[in-house]
Amino acid sequence: MRLWKTILAAAVLALAAGTSAFAARTDLVIGIPLEPPHLDPTAGAAAAIKEVLYANVFEGLTRIGPNGEVLPDLAESWTISDDGKVYTFKLHTGVKFHDGADFSADDVKFSLDRARADNSVNAQKGLFAAIDKVDVIDPATVKVTLKNPQGSFLYNMGWGDAVMVSPKSADTNKENPVGTGPFKFQNWAKGSSITLVKSDHYWGAPAFLDKVEFRIVPDAAANVPALLSGDIQAFPFFDPDSLAQVKDDPRFKVVIGSTEGETILSINNKKPPFDKLQVRQAISYALDRKAIIDGASAGLGLPIGSHMSPANKDYVDLTGLYPHNVDKAKELLKEAGLENGFKATLKLPPPGYARLGGEIIASELRDVGINLEIIPVEWAQWLDQVFTKKDYDLTIVSHTEPNDIDIYSRKDYYFNYDNPTFDKVIADLNLTSDEAKRKELLGEAQKILADDAVVGFLYELPKVGVWDAKLQGLWENAPIQANDLTKVKWSE
Amino acid sequence: MTAYPLKRLVIAFATLVLASMVVFAVLEILPGDPARLMLGMNASADQVELLRTQMGLNAPLVLRYLHWAGGLLSLDFGRSYTYSVPVIDLVRERLAVSLPLALIALALSTIIAIPVGLYSASRRGRAGDTVAMGAAQLGVAVPNFWFALMLIYVFAVWLRLVPAGGFPGWGAGAWPALKSLLLPAVALALPQAAILARVTRSALIEVLNEDYIRTARAKGLPYRAVLWRHALRNAMIPVLTILGLQFAFLLAGTIIIENVFYLPGLGRLVFQAITQRDLIVVESVVMLLVAAVIAVNLLVDLSYAVVDPRLRTRS
Repeated sequence: MRLWKTILAAAVLALAAGTSAFAARTDLVIGIPLEPPHLDPTAGAAAAIKEVLYANVFEGLTRIGPNGEVLPDLAESWTISDDGKVYTFKLHTGVKFHDGADFSADDVKFSLDRARADNSVNAQKGLFAAIDKVDVIDPATVKVTLKNPQGSFLYNMGWGDAVMVSPKSADTNKENPVGTGPFKFQNWAKGSSITLVKSDHYWGAPAFLDKVEFRIVPDAAANVPALLSGDIQAFPFFDPDSLAQVKDDPRFKVVIGSTEGETILSINNKKPPFDKLQVRQAISYALDRKAIIDGASAGLGLPIGSHMSPANKDYVDLTGLYPHNVDKAKELLKEAGLENGFKATLKLPPPGYARLGGEIIASELRDVGINLEIIPVEWAQWLDQVFTKKDYDLTIVSHTEPNDIDIYSRKDYYFNYDNPTFDKVIADLNLTSDEAKRKELLGEAQKILADDAVVGFLYELPKVGVWDAKLQGLWENAPIQANDLTKVKWSE
Repeated sequence: MTAYPLKRLVIAFATLVLASMVVFAVLEILPGDPARLMLGMNASADQVELLRTQMGLNAPLVLRYLHWAGGLLSLDFGRSYTYSVPVIDLVRERLAVSLPLALIALALSTIIAIPVGLYSASRRGRAGDTVAMGAAQLGVAVPNFWFALMLIYVFAVWLRLVPAGGFPGWGAGAWPALKSLLLPAVALALPQAAILARVTRSALIEVLNEDYIRTARAKGLPYRAVLWRHALRNAMIPVLTILGLQFAFLLAGTIIIENVFYLPGLGRLVFQAITQRDLIVVESVVMLLVAAVIAVNLLVDLSYAVVDPRLRTRS
C-alpha cells in the first residue's frame, strides 16, 4: 500500500511537471548594454531610458510602429484644421495610470505644457517648439494649436520624450515611473536589472508576458555565455563581433535590421582647410565605405550617401556621387593648393564603430596625403570639446535620432555648416504636411548635403538582435529608441 | 603603548583631508559637463545652463568644495546627479555585492596561498616547490578576465551549476546570491593567491636562514614546530602588507571582473559615474575607498604590533 502511494505521487508529480513544460512561458530576461541613469523618458537623452520604458510603461498621443510609421496610441483619432495649425485629438476613455489615477485631457495638457515650459529639462524640447497652446475641450478631447503648420507634428508626438505623464507622479517618475502602458514598473536593482510586470488594468490589448526583466550586461564578451546558459533570452542590441559564436546555433535567431543611426565622419566646415569644398570632396572620394563597414561593423550596415536611413521611405540613394577614387581625391587636393597634403586631428568617442572605423579612415586619408592624428576621447569629453566647443577637425559619430536631417540647418551646430539654400528647404519642409511635397523637399535636402560633402557619409548603423528562436514579436528594426514588448510572446 | 596607535590615527586623518582636496581638484579639471551629458545633443545651450543651475554646478569652486567636505564630516555624501538618490544609498547597495565578494576572494586566496607558500618554502629547490611556483607564475600571468570567461564556459554554460553572471540580490535568498558570487570570487582569488603564495614563500625562506631558526633546530625542536611557531610568525609582516593591499584592490579594483559577470559592484558604480560625469558619486566613493584603504592600513600597522612585540615597546 505504501509503495503504491509513493508510485502514485511520483506519477502525479511527473504529470504536473510534464504539462507545465507544454504551457508557453510568460517571463523574459532581456540583456541591455547600458543602464538608464533614471526612468523618466521626458527628462533625459539617454537611449537606455526609452529602450526600457517606451511603449511598455509609457504611452504618447501617437506612437511609432516597428517600421517607423505613426500609429494612434492614447489618442484614438484626430482631426487637423485646413490651415494645418489646429489638431483636435479624441482620447481613449477608461484609461488609468498605474497608480490608479484616471487619464484624461487634463493630463495631456499637463504633459505638453510641462515639456515646453521655460524650466523644462526635456532633452527634445524642440519637438514641442511649434505648440502655441493646449486646450481641454472635454475629458476625452484636447485641442492643440500650433504657431505654424508643422508636417512632422504627429510623428513628434510619438517620440519617447513626448509620452503622457500624470501630475501626481511626474516628479517621481525618475525613481518610480508611472504610465498608462501594458506593463507597470516593479523594481530597479541599481546596476543590475529593471523589472516590469503586466498591468492588470490596461485599456488596450493586454501583453502576453507577465514579467520582463531588463538585465544590464555592460561587457559584450558576456553576451554569448549569458545566451548559451539560458540566463538571458534576448539581446536586442548584440555585439556584431560576437555573432560568429551564435549565428549557426538553431536555438537562436539572429536578426539584422536597420536603425536611424547615420554614422558619419563629421567635418568642422569653418576650420581651414575644411572650409574649401574641394577638400571635403577629396575626403569623400578617399573613403572606401565597404572597407569601413567590413572593419568597423563586421560587414553589416548599409552605405549612405547623405543624411538619411536607407530604410526611410524618403531615402534617395546618393552613394554613387563620390565613389572611392584615390586619384580623384589627390587631384582635388591639388586644386585646393594642398598637393603636399596636410595634417589634422580625428577625435574618436568610445563606441566600436568610431574607434575601429577611425583607424581605417586614418589609413585611407593617409593614402591621399592627409595625415590624421587620432585622439580617443570619452563621451563626456566629446560632448564638451567637439559638440559644444567645436574644438575639432574631424570626428566619427552616429546620429541616432530619427529623421534628423534638420540638424544641418541648426545655427551653431557643431558641423559649422551654413547654407541658406539648405536652411530654406528645411524651413519649407517644417511647414509642409503634404506627403508628396515632403518627399520632394527631403530629396532635395539630401542632395544638397551630398553635393556640399558637408561630412563624410559612411553607413547606417545596423541593429543586430539575437534571441531565443522560440521568442516572437521583438522588433527587427529600430526606427526609434525602443524595445517594444507589447506583442512579444513565446511560441508553444 | 598608546602613542603608536595615536600617531597612526593623526596621520590617517591628515591623509584623508589631503586626499579630499586632490580628488576634488582632479575631477574639477576633468573635461565634460554632466548636464550636457544628461540632455544629449538636441538640447539648447540655455537648457543645459538651466540644468547646471538646478544641479548646483554653477556655485563657486571653493564653496562647492567646502559644502561637499563639510557634508563628508557629518557623513552626508550628497546626492547623485544622474540617479538623484543619496550617494550613501548607492554605496550601500553596491557594498552588499562588493564586500562579500572581496571577503570570499580574500579568504579563498589566503586558504590557498599560505599552505602553498609553506610547502614550497620547506621544500625549496625540490620538485614540489618548482611545480607549485610554476603554477603560481601561471596564475600571475593569466589575465583574470580570460580565466573568468573559461570558468563561465565550464561551470555555467557546460555544467550549468551556477549562473553565467548577474546578481539576484540578497533578497532572493542567501544561496542564490552566494552562488552568483562563487565564480567571480574564484576568478579574483586565483591571481591574488598566486602573488600571496610567492610572497609567503620568499618571506619564509628569508626567515628560515636566520640564526634563531638554527638555534631552535639545534635545541631539538622538530622542523614542523620551528616552521609554524618561529618562521611563519616572523614571515607574517610582508604577507599582511600584501593582504591589506589586496583587500583594498578587491573592494573596488575589480571592475573588469564585475563587467564580465555583470555584477553591480562598487567598481562599476565608480566607472559608470566617471563616464557619466556624476562627479559627486565619484568624489564621495573615492573618499570612502581612501578611508577604507587607510583603515585597512591602520589595521595592518596595528597588527604588526601584535605579531612583532618590538614595535610595541619601541614606541
